[in-house]
Amino acid sequence: MTRANILLSALLVACALGLVTSQYRARKLFVDTERAQAQAARLEVGWNQLQVEQTALAKASLIDTKARRELAMQPVSAERTLHLVVDPVDRTVRLGTPLPEVAAAAVEPAARARTAGAPR
Amino acid sequence: MTRRSNRNVPFASNPLLRVKLPAWRSQVVMLMVAIAFVALAARAVWLQVFSQNFLQKQGEMRYAKTIELPASRGKIFDRNGVVLASSLPARAVWAIPEEVDATPRQVASLAKLLDIDERELRRKLSEEDRSFVYLKRQVDAAVAERVAALKITGIHQQPEYKRYYPQGETFAHVVGFTNVEDVGQEGVELARNPELAGRPGSRRVIRDRLGRVIEDVRAVREPHNGRDLALSIDSKIQFLAFDALREAVQSNKAKAGAAVVIDARSGEVLALANWPTYNPNQRGQLSGAQLRNRAITDTFEPGSTMKPFTIALALELGEVTPSTVIQTAPGRLAIGPNTIGDAHPHGPLTVEQIVQKSSNVGTAKIALGMPARKMWEMYTELGFGQAPRIGFPGAVAGRVRPYRSWRPIEQATMSYGYGLSVSLLQLARAYTVFANDGELLPLSMFKVDEPPSGQPVIAAKTARAVRQMLEMAAGPGGTAPQAQIAGYRVAGKTGTAHKRDGGRYVNKYLASFVGFAPASDPRVIVAVMVDEPAAGKYYGGLVAAPVFARIAGDSLRTLRVPPDAPIAQLAVPESTPKENM
Repeated sequence: MTRANILLSALLVACALGLVTSQYRARKLFVDTERAQAQAARLEVGWNQLQVEQTALAKASLIDTKARRELAMQPVSAERTLHLVVDPVDRTVRLGTPLPEVAAAAVEPAARARTAGAPR
Repeated sequence: MTRRSNRNVPFASNPLLRVKLPAWRSQVVMLMVAIAFVALAARAVWLQVFSQNFLQKQGEMRYAKTIELPASRGKIFDRNGVVLASSLPARAVWAIPEEVDATPRQVASLAKLLDIDERELRRKLSEEDRSFVYLKRQVDAAVAERVAALKITGIHQQPEYKRYYPQGETFAHVVGFTNVEDVGQEGVELARNPELAGRPGSRRVIRDRLGRVIEDVRAVREPHNGRDLALSIDSKIQFLAFDALREAVQSNKAKAGAAVVIDARSGEVLALANWPTYNPNQRGQLSGAQLRNRAITDTFEPGSTMKPFTIALALELGEVTPSTVIQTAPGRLAIGPNTIGDAHPHGPLTVEQIVQKSSNVGTAKIALGMPARKMWEMYTELGFGQAPRIGFPGAVAGRVRPYRSWRPIEQATMSYGYGLSVSLLQLARAYTVFANDGELLPLSMFKVDEPPSGQPVIAAKTARAVRQMLEMAAGPGGTAPQAQIAGYRVAGKTGTAHKRDGGRYVNKYLASFVGFAPASDPRVIVAVMVDEPAAGKYYGGLVAAPVFARIAGDSLRTLRVPPDAPIAQLAVPESTPKENM
């Protein structure tokens, strides 16, 4: 009888300790998930911030001014543009519209420009 | 057991204690104890029954807490995922004036950080009768941290969101803006506010000694972030349109201007630019003129840009064919007591040439042969007189009077765009019938997944015939050779409308151009309006057509549309459209 009592009380104590530990661990894990979630939120904010900054820096007006003023670039004009068409079946590339002779004429000044050095 | 009982002398029989005491004394003690117990019981009842709620609340306050879960406002993107509006956390800095205890140096540095006048700040902090005063709202997180580092007692912070518009003035009228409470005030921010606004959630938690959250007490009410929106606008085309428009308005010393680019196949608005504009990130002093989205909220008498519709109707009714000859000499036409005239007198013109040369007399003559009801029906079917359903605030209907009240002179002037009013967006939309083989497309400010079905207004054959006339109008011999784009065939119509001031037409003009390209298979419709050009030129063909050429050319290049015209055929010198301006 006494032995049974001792055994049971030992069990009880063990269970109680187990409960305390598991509760402690549950709370610890909970705190960890909280922390992870907070970090996720922080990263999200950081991502939003970077996205805004990227857009602000890649603004078309900014690039346009820089390209024109600092790099002295020119807008593409149709006279200096060759349109290439990729054949969907055999993947060969050929000159597209405008008409072939116009395209050929367009190649010439481009080629001349290349030999003469890039026009500024 | 026996040993213990032997040692134990019965307590009551102890001779030492045998003292005679009056019985009432023990009774008094008994009574006192009883009263004490009763008092305890009463107190227990008081605490556990009557003040239970209060005490439980107080107890909970010490470990449980309700946390607000903020929801962020949805972002606005362009059609390619470029951010147009985004919310970032910011802080509101507020104070309890009574509690503020700051040295003059602290106040000075606070004023500097918050960028407010020091005297103003002092005044706010000395308002003793108020227990709460905002010092500044929407302070950047970095600045807020430096404010917190000053450690002034009585100065507090509260998290909130600030809306950023990285594209600035280019998109101001489309995107709009929100107020400090994060509620949309203009543009898409206003139109789609319910969708964009998030729904904040909350959770009830238990905190431990260190203030860490350790348990949820009840189910979390999840916050719902606002939905992200993708507009139909292409930020590159928007910039190109905006830039071209700004340059045109400034070089023509005009009052204002607007430009619209529409995808001719899907009805999506690719660009919507206005000048003057404003920076939505710094809205210090804004005037109504800056805020107005002219392309949508302003109506004007369109002038000659209406002629193609009159001609289209005449072709539909079989009244004329493109080659029917109409006498327009001597360049004026008397209708009752009134006379209408052409800017330049022409002789006999075919219907095609009437559009090409933009003859008022010719158009009026054709219009007077048609029933007023048919014209009114045509205008109504094209969407004039009704606000376009594009889900945008302030879209106006314009004005088309009921046909029963039309006098002949009015019918004549309406045929070339006077006596009715339209918005630029309505006009651009109406041109989808020519670009789209007779079908009118619904417009959309938001990305559409599949092209919407159009509503047939005129026959495909008529649309193609008018398209050819419009191509002539934009070509050599037409009113707008400057609308030409290298490598593409263009079609379009100029408009030069006298403005009305106090009921009379005055020498102020509104130059416009509506057209599309490539003419062989239209991809973009571009409408340009320049209000009161004052630098000498005022014809639509000289003021608005070059803007059209620049916007349409750049848009087609951006959309990678293959050219449909041999470059040698060009009527305009082979310089770029930009240099040509």
